[in-house]
Amino acid sequence: MASDAHASPGLAHHFDSYEQQKESATLGMWLFIVQEILFFGGLFFAYALYRWKYPVAFNHASRHLDVTLGTFNTIVLIGSSLTVAMAVRSAQIAKPRRIVGFLLGTALLGSVFLGVKAYEYHHKWVEHLVPGPDFAFAGPGAENARIFFSLYFAMTGLHALHMVVGIAILLFLLRPAWQGRYTPENHNMIEGFGLYWHFVDIIWIFLFPLLYLAGRHHSL
Amino acid sequence: MSTHESHISSVGTLLRVFFALMALTALTTGVAYVDLGAGSTAVALAIAIAKASLVVWFFMNVRFNSRLIPVVILGGLFFVAVLFVETFADYASRGWFGYGR
Repeated sequence: MASDAHASPGLAHHFDSYEQQKESATLGMWLFIVQEILFFGGLFFAYALYRWKYPVAFNHASRHLDVTLGTFNTIVLIGSSLTVAMAVRSAQIAKPRRIVGFLLGTALLGSVFLGVKAYEYHHKWVEHLVPGPDFAFAGPGAENARIFFSLYFAMTGLHALHMVVGIAILLFLLRPAWQGRYTPENHNMIEGFGLYWHFVDIIWIFLFPLLYLAGRHHSL
Repeated sequence: MSTHESHISSVGTLLRVFFALMALTALTTGVAYVDLGAGSTAVALAIAIAKASLVVWFFMNVRFNSRLIPVVILGGLFFVAVLFVETFADYASRGWFGYGR
């Protein structure tokens, strides 16, 4: 098998071709993402159910989130999806240094997002909007606003956890990328990471309007 | 579409998708302040679905994958739909015939 490995570097012996190897990796990654969608789906369902039951409390609670910071983070995260797409492209055209550059850019943008998120969490803590013994809500339906903030922290927290994991995985890709291990024939690690990162971006694309924008059009 | 190079997105394409996503972000934020009644949530979700579709099709390169991948994605979304429809049917129908609540 060693001679085969020499003939086609990066091609595992149980695959016939690079195309077959790539298709297997892509399919496996998508199956993982599909179960992630179902994982988040439970939280999205809980949100839909309680917003349906308590629309007034949800509208009021939603207005306590900072739209400016939410919009800023949306732009940052979509920007990080662009840099990941550029990293994949760099692997496809055999530019290992550029892969590293775009991955570092992605890590930077992801860190900015998490920093803003941490600032927002701290702000909610100071405002007594973290569900717990210190929770205090002045608007109507305080008990139901508590449900909104529980979902806010559960959903954005799980999303942020996915980003932390994503950045950790990214750091492990830097060294092999720099060494030129990701070739046009086999850069499935970069592709797979890219799919994961884009998925996390998509979750935020739904969280942003549902959490930050829900109650804006009501004159309260 | 069988040559290797044809499966690589150009920088121009990626940038255009990025700016389209920015425009849709501006649109969803702006329209959130307009009172469309119950339509506000529908519009917000429609824009989010449009943005997600752009990401899936262009950034995640599903346009270059075999048809198997869209089938897998739609299969997953089908089960999300089952989760929503059947559980909502339960909550919405509680108390109809003197049961539940």
